[in-house]
Amino acid sequence: MDYSRRNGNSRWSVNLAMLKIEPRPQPSRLMGYLSPLIAVGLTLVTGIIFSILVGLNPLSAFYAFFIAPIDDLYGLGELGVKAAPLMLIAVGLAIGFRSNVWNIGAEGQLTFGAICGGGLALYFYQVEGAWVMPLIILAGAIGGMLWASIPAFLRTRFNTNEILVSLMLNYVAIFLLSYLVHDPWRDPDGFNFPESRLFSDSALLPIVLQGTRLHLGLVIAVIAVVLGWVFVRKSFVGYQMQVAGLADLAALYAGFKRKSMVWIGLLVGGAAAGVAGVCEVAGPIGQLLPSVSPGYGYAAIIVAFVGRLHPVGILFASLLMSLLYLGGEAAQMDLGLPSAITGVFQGVLLFYLLAADLFINFKLKLTTPVAKAAAREALP
Amino acid sequence: MDTIVGILLATLGAGTPLVFAALGELVSEKSGVLNLGVEGMMIVGAVCGFAVAAESGSLWLGVITSIVAGAGTALLFGVLTLTFQANQVAAGLALTIFGVGLSAYIGLDYTSVALTGMAQIHIPLLSELPIVGPLLFSLDPLLYLSFVCFAAITYFLYRTKAGLLLRAVGESPESALSLGYSVIAIRYMAVLFGGAMAGLGGAYLALVYTPLWVEAMTAGRGWIALALVVFATWRPARVMIGAYLFGGVTIIQFHVQGFGVDIPSQLLSTLPYLATIVVLVLISRDINTIRLNAPASLGKAYHPSV
Repeated sequence: MDYSRRNGNSRWSVNLAMLKIEPRPQPSRLMGYLSPLIAVGLTLVTGIIFSILVGLNPLSAFYAFFIAPIDDLYGLGELGVKAAPLMLIAVGLAIGFRSNVWNIGAEGQLTFGAICGGGLALYFYQVEGAWVMPLIILAGAIGGMLWASIPAFLRTRFNTNEILVSLMLNYVAIFLLSYLVHDPWRDPDGFNFPESRLFSDSALLPIVLQGTRLHLGLVIAVIAVVLGWVFVRKSFVGYQMQVAGLADLAALYAGFKRKSMVWIGLLVGGAAAGVAGVCEVAGPIGQLLPSVSPGYGYAAIIVAFVGRLHPVGILFASLLMSLLYLGGEAAQMDLGLPSAITGVFQGVLLFYLLAADLFINFKLKLTTPVAKAAAREALP
Repeated sequence: MDTIVGILLATLGAGTPLVFAALGELVSEKSGVLNLGVEGMMIVGAVCGFAVAAESGSLWLGVITSIVAGAGTALLFGVLTLTFQANQVAAGLALTIFGVGLSAYIGLDYTSVALTGMAQIHIPLLSELPIVGPLLFSLDPLLYLSFVCFAAITYFLYRTKAGLLLRAVGESPESALSLGYSVIAIRYMAVLFGGAMAGLGGAYLALVYTPLWVEAMTAGRGWIALALVVFATWRPARVMIGAYLFGGVTIIQFHVQGFGVDIPSQLLSTLPYLATIVVLVLISRDINTIRLNAPASLGKAYHPSV
């Protein structure tokens, strides 16, 4: 690779043999939409190559991974069960990411939301009433916001890196939950298993599709998508945050306060993750366990990126990511593959997306020595 | 006295994976590249080294594999951020998610395998000395290697022309370029070195510290290493101090209950993470400390045309 100077105003181009990567005059909208599709396609191709390498029939592997898990109503319900937390968290995170607030502590905020909501559900375990369920969801949202307010406060008050702080708090929240279910909140009639009592029916989210486990959480997530869309498109704060993400200086000149961006970005993300957490424990799980999330907080980061930080994109991306989870579980049962494969393909998907995104701002150009010479001539 | 020597030795051991990973990340960040994938590179290094050591029976072959595996995952990051201009934060996260998933997959067959760790090298006469003997002169070979790495990296960064160039690339890629150096090539080398060191940190963890493979066994050490580099204000000597401090915090949790303090083990396990937050706050409190010490182009994507 070598750099050749093209003209005086410091424009440079990279030569990759005969292919040249050249900046586009304007980012390509088309590539912005195409790039996630290209990434999904390449991930599929990688999956097919992988299945051949481990000696599986790629067609039956594809069927077992992507079709079989959702070929009945129950399976479709499961798709929604897993998509709900991913969608909800990703919509919240995207609002921060758009303004360069890197909250990667959603896993911890989810867990702390589950602790607060779940704790309240345990407190009310003998209480019946229609107000119980909304109250514990609110507790989950507050819990997630509280956990997210730690990195927000440290960032705005002490200039502390929010990436590292929010991530460290993931581990802290998970240990805290583990302590609670091992000791003070352990089910007294649970034969010493590290799990809490089962929540009472009034604390549980209602099922929205009979014959499945699909619960109210999906409805909440879809409402969040709509709210997210309104926030991004219609509100002034959303606009400010977008500008702040694109151009820090411009935002500064316009008088947008960086500190409030950090607070909003983290609190919205925290609230979403907290609600997702409480919806897991008051939904499909029904009690507190040492682990309440199979990495939704991390996977939602990928969902946010694959969905282009846009609520509608996130809706589709969360369904895709949910299918990856279901496929991983199915692959474990039907193909004898470890479910860890899900994590590998999640990472691969994000890799391809990031690589394909190059072509939003750059284009490939075929160059020949003649064309190069001509270009040199054309310079003033 | 023996207890204290024992605790100090354990502290050295617990700090060493951090020493390797943080020194590697330091070099990468000095060139201007923020690789948040340390956790991923470390755990891939750990599992690959462990698998090869278990299959071949040779710990050293395992160590070499770890280094290669760490550098290999770093190459992925390099291609994404340096060639494909991807956002460094997003690419680093992708690397960690990918690495944790991949390591769980590779490590499936090795979860119940135990290895014999590395034997210590007793340096004649010196190791007989009281206190310093066991503490400095009868250690395992990788621990000695970590001292060598520290000395070599310090010398390289501050006493060689190549080191100066690496730092120049991190401060002002445009100037380095105008002097005729390839910014991208230099950054590739720094990123690969960072990956190799993270792999070595993983090797120490899985082959020496606890010669076992456990899923997700790095337990955030890669992230703590990242925090250490900030805490050290990008200086190798402070990285060493910080790493042993964290080693100490990790070890304390095993001894607190022995001292009769009744704190549940899960809450004690949060200590290293809370300590990380505390030191980050202390060091970042003064915005100038970070501004003056961080490489000026850190984390910014660099394309010669923009």
